Amino acid sequence: MAVTSAPTAEVLVRRSLSAKKRDVRGRVFEAVLILTLLVSMAVLVVLLLDVALDSRSVWGERTLGNFLTSQLSADPATAGIRQALVGSLILMIFTAAIAFPLGISAAIFLEEYAEDNRFARIVNANIRNLAGVPSIVYGLLGLALFVKILGGITGPEVEGRSVISGGLTLGLLVLPIVIITSVEALRAVPNSIREGAFGVGATKWQMIRHHVLPVAAPGILTGTILSLGRAFGEAAPLLLVGGITTFFQSGDATPVEQLRGRFSAMPVLVFRWASLPQAGFRALTAALIVVMLVALLLINATAIYLRNRFEKEL
Amino acid sequence: MTTEALTPENVERLLSGSPRRRSKERAIRWFFWTASATSILITLAIVLSLVGEAWTFISQADPSSLWEIGWFPRRGLFDVKTIVAGTLLVAGIAMLVAGPLGLGTAMYLSEYARPSIRRVVKPTLELLAGIPSVVLGYFALTFITPDLLKRIFGNQVAGFNLLAAGIGVGILTIPLVASITEDALRAVPRSLREASYGLGASRMSTSIRVVFPAAVSGVVASLIIAVSRAIGETMVVAIAAGATGGSLFSLNVLQPGQTMTAAMTALAIGSDRVRGADNAFQSLFFVGLLLFLVTLFLNVISERFVRRVRQKY
Repeated sequence: MAVTSAPTAEVLVRRSLSAKKRDVRGRVFEAVLILTLLVSMAVLVVLLLDVALDSRSVWGERTLGNFLTSQLSADPATAGIRQALVGSLILMIFTAAIAFPLGISAAIFLEEYAEDNRFARIVNANIRNLAGVPSIVYGLLGLALFVKILGGITGPEVEGRSVISGGLTLGLLVLPIVIITSVEALRAVPNSIREGAFGVGATKWQMIRHHVLPVAAPGILTGTILSLGRAFGEAAPLLLVGGITTFFQSGDATPVEQLRGRFSAMPVLVFRWASLPQAGFRALTAALIVVMLVALLLINATAIYLRNRFEKEL
Repeated sequence: MTTEALTPENVERLLSGSPRRRSKERAIRWFFWTASATSILITLAIVLSLVGEAWTFISQADPSSLWEIGWFPRRGLFDVKTIVAGTLLVAGIAMLVAGPLGLGTAMYLSEYARPSIRRVVKPTLELLAGIPSVVLGYFALTFITPDLLKRIFGNQVAGFNLLAAGIGVGILTIPLVASITEDALRAVPRSLREASYGLGASRMSTSIRVVFPAAVSGVVASLIIAVSRAIGETMVVAIAAGATGGSLFSLNVLQPGQTMTAAMTALAIGSDRVRGADNAFQSLFFVGLLLFLVTLFLNVISERFVRRVRQKY
């Protein structure tokens, strides 16, 4: 076989177009990127596994119902999370009652009414800054405003350190998030819908009420419910306005008394239990975290379900 | 119903509908305006409540107690540099964790990942972003310290330490860095990448020399926002870094320490007892004001950077 035959032009071109050696540096770079991604994912898996494993002993010894409905106690064998569960539930209702109407209204003004003037620009910048304020600073606001100044109304018996103060504080905390997500949902509504409504003689409010809001509802709903999930996990502001773990109004108090009484919440309880030295509380904390994460998952799943459902109807 | 003629004098009145309808519309507009103005009231309330008490604290505090020994508010020692140093250490450690992991994840997602991988990774990151910070505090205390740090550093590590807290805060900010950076990288026009490939550049050179520089404002913004978030993060440090009673000035991250935020919770839990005594209660607002100003500053800067990205493309 002749060794001398020169390679044809086609072979030469193909050879020079395909890299002759492997791109080692490129491969290493890609591997490093994959590694960072895997580590980020692995952290979540390890965290969930750690919590699940730590909580095993609780589920082995007692039922979920027993854990959820038992009172707070210094004895790890019998301690439950009843007050924290009720506290978190009431706080969420308060948060929603404050942040949703106020936030959605503000978003409607900013997106539908406001012209591009100084006021609108100030409000927009202000809301973005509010969203970046650390949650503990909202706790200070709650402490100064709802606990000290308005303490006589929010909780006269407990120096203002009541569920009402906690709920109001969380409401203010998530308000900027509700406004921002609602503005985005409203912005996604095509202008043709607005023009169509005006074209048939609708007033601005009729246009918003009957045409824009129904279209934007899934987005607004998802955003607001997700912001509720954020409030659900907050502990720092509640610690400042007086969320506690030791004592809670007994069941025979009237609803108003209960609202003005001392309170606890699940994240606050995680903080307290995690800092207790007794061995039994380690497993209890993990079990409480499992309950919290499942509740969060439910909140988020609700948001996604509602979005899908509403979108189908449209 | 009588119909008026459309004359130039009454045309505007006739076309704008009934007065009742108009006043209703105006009332509705006013209602929504009030709602949006509330947000300004909230900012004012925050600033006023912080400044008022902080001013009381500064005017009453002994100046020497603000820069000596350590942070023991119940004994009248308010060494600000102790908690500022703790805050900077935790934020620094957090960025060492979240910076590389967040940027790497973002670059892989934006430049390399197939859509099927994105579909798995993005929700997982969102899940991680939704984990409450108390949970990460627990994780730092019961996993990072005993199972990770004790294996590396042995008995030099205290049960409560700043390093575990910093790592915990870092994990918390990974999704933030990753999602903002990825948005910035994806906002880089395709044409730039295609031009780079057309010149024969590999995927790596394109990512590092073309896409990354084009998106650098967004990347910087994401890091600044993450620092701001790390400085304001409370519960991870409060649970995992210990030192609830106070702390001497120290830069040893393997030992307990306090950040501005954790110092505030430690004070607030006992604030029933210290209310009014020795300025401790007021010091809470002084630290809060510092924190508010620092995070505000960082957020404003990051917004500048974000705007630069938008203007460019």
